[in-house]
Amino acid sequence: MSLVRRHWVWLLALVVLLAFPFLFFDWSKGRHSGFVLTLMSEIGVMAIFALSYNMLMGQAGLLSFGHAVLLGLGAYCAAHVVNLVKAGTIWLPTELVPLAGGLGGMFFGFVLGWLVTRQRATAFAMITMGLGELVSAAALMFMGFFGGEGGISIDRVMDTSLFGVAYTSPWQVYCLVLAWAFIAAMLMRLQTQTPLGRIANATRDNFERAQFVGYDPRIVRLLQFTLSGFFAGIAGGLYVLIYEIVTFDTVSAAKSANALLAVYIGGAGGFFGPILGTIVVVLLQSGVSLLSNAWLLYVGVLFIVMVMYAPGGLIGLIFMHVPIWRIGRLRELLLPYARAFPPALMVMLGFVLLVELLSFTTIGAAQGKKFAIGGNVIDTTAPLPWLIALAALVLGALWIRREARGFRERWDALIEDAKRQGVVS
Amino acid sequence: MEVFVVSLLNGLVYGMLLFMLASGLTLILSMMGVLNFAHASAYMLGAYFAYTISQYIGFWPALVIAPLLCGLVGAAIEMWGLRRVHRNGHIAELLFTFGLALIIEKAVQMTWGLLPVPYRVPALLDFPLFSIYGTHFPAYRAFMLLISALMFGAIWLGLTRTRIGLVIQAALTHPDMASALGHNVPRVFTLVFAAGTALAGLAGVIGGNYQVTEPAMAFTMGPIVFVVVVFGGLGSLLGCFIASILMGLIQTFAVVFDVSLADLLARFGFIVTKDTPFAEVLTVTLPRVGALLPFLMMVLILVFRPRGLMGTRDT
Repeated sequence: MSLVRRHWVWLLALVVLLAFPFLFFDWSKGRHSGFVLTLMSEIGVMAIFALSYNMLMGQAGLLSFGHAVLLGLGAYCAAHVVNLVKAGTIWLPTELVPLAGGLGGMFFGFVLGWLVTRQRATAFAMITMGLGELVSAAALMFMGFFGGEGGISIDRVMDTSLFGVAYTSPWQVYCLVLAWAFIAAMLMRLQTQTPLGRIANATRDNFERAQFVGYDPRIVRLLQFTLSGFFAGIAGGLYVLIYEIVTFDTVSAAKSANALLAVYIGGAGGFFGPILGTIVVVLLQSGVSLLSNAWLLYVGVLFIVMVMYAPGGLIGLIFMHVPIWRIGRLRELLLPYARAFPPALMVMLGFVLLVELLSFTTIGAAQGKKFAIGGNVIDTTAPLPWLIALAALVLGALWIRREARGFRERWDALIEDAKRQGVVS
Repeated sequence: MEVFVVSLLNGLVYGMLLFMLASGLTLILSMMGVLNFAHASAYMLGAYFAYTISQYIGFWPALVIAPLLCGLVGAAIEMWGLRRVHRNGHIAELLFTFGLALIIEKAVQMTWGLLPVPYRVPALLDFPLFSIYGTHFPAYRAFMLLISALMFGAIWLGLTRTRIGLVIQAALTHPDMASALGHNVPRVFTLVFAAGTALAGLAGVIGGNYQVTEPAMAFTMGPIVFVVVVFGGLGSLLGCFIASILMGLIQTFAVVFDVSLADLLARFGFIVTKDTPFAEVLTVTLPRVGALLPFLMMVLILVFRPRGLMGTRDT
């Protein structure tokens, strides 16, 4: 029973995630919504990837611009393994394909890590970016391993399942992704508590002192990088099983940037931040990109706002409220939040309208799309919508500035009170 | 021989273009410690501004106005963005410029469209200047060389002969000391950032019609400029110059020599067949790996000589 009591969050998350797709279950046809399942599988894979990225960025303070290389190489390894299993050369259960990807990722993590971990900070960022460009250029060049532009395709139905599951439906694949995501997340969670995880934190926080204590920071970085490669490789193996193809864009700079954006928006360092960030980024990517061409712009703006105003990410913003909640005065923030909500909404709507107007006059027009809100087609060349958007943006910004002052006063007073009661150091 | 001379000239033109971009970046990086991901975005903005301006009032005013606009954008970024983020450390600054680069690319796509814009060489310079061994050398490339040489001279004179140049040099190597001596280092930072962005804009104005003006141009040029800066070494304009020219020459010469490692091995009597291990790596020809060479060089130099060619300190 103590197991349940100690790990109720994980169990709850598992139950919720298993139940969630049934909200979109099509009872008349008796099948799941393929879109929702693929989306959630994608979130699962990208969450593992983001967490493995966080092992570098959050835990060890290493900012990598080429983390997708490990994901992609793991995915290619897994794809080759699947094809070998299919050909009968080796035997491996379908369930363990991600492990093959993980081992591939770990191998490349060690080899590449040996090159890159001599550096840290800005030099590390640059060298990983160079490696990323190198591998993505090589992926198009060498047909044997990477399969060129066409990539490597597989067939995940290979009759070697341990549980006799065929993996013909997205639901079965989703369950596999979920299982692996939980295993990987738990392992990464445990890793943060190992001596290696602690020392990685130490090298991040104070490089010189960690050296004085007697640890070689380079070895610490190398081990951390290798482990991170293992988990990125697991994500790569799952990626292959979901999409049944792996192409050069799994190693591309855009994929690396995705991990960076997700981790930073969610909040680096902590454990749940990257997961939260992944959900936000994947939803924006998959959901908003159906409606608008500008999803990357929204992610970019969100990212910049986070870098400028909330370096702790979304999770940091949430955790800022903890001391006020502890002294039991959280509800006093309700009114200030309610007052700040309309201008914030106004700024957001104004900004989105402006961006969409701009995007539909150029890209949308070139693609022959029309800008419509609720069925009403809007003429993007007329001045009126532009004026409305601009007015909403400017007035909202002025209004929110006014509200912000009151909000800050309230906030400071509450934090002051929390300090007095000793819940904040 | 003819291939050699033509490639040499082309490599020089490309190298000088790279230098225009890299010089600003290396100044910003060595002074402020900010790896400015948005630098190549300024290059792109310069090209697009020049395209729009040249549609209305011609290429020559654009040559002046577009870099100035880019400089203003740079100053705004530094004053209202970077300075704020500065408190959170270099990594935060780097991430800020990274986000900015994403946003600028999207904004350019939304303003000018996804397709390349027809930004052309001005009619006045659209003629072959001379021909060597039957190959015409366009006058515009000579003009590019001239502009970049003028700019190189101006930077060099500005840095060594003017007061502000001396302060910049001091802030480059000893930022804390320069500020302790009472110089307004933040203002110098803004100035250098704006000047660097303006230079990138100028490179965009003259490079946009030499290459293709499209929304992806920043993300193809950016990594190469980083390579140049790292290769040349921090805090050294001369190193940056040498690295730019070297990179320009390597990239142009890689295209013309159709050889592979297998050909080299064949000289020593080792014939590569399909069954040799790594046959694919050995038989790939130089023009195909051309795009890969700069990054290979960057990785190698960061591994074996982190301070670059002429750098004064580690990256």
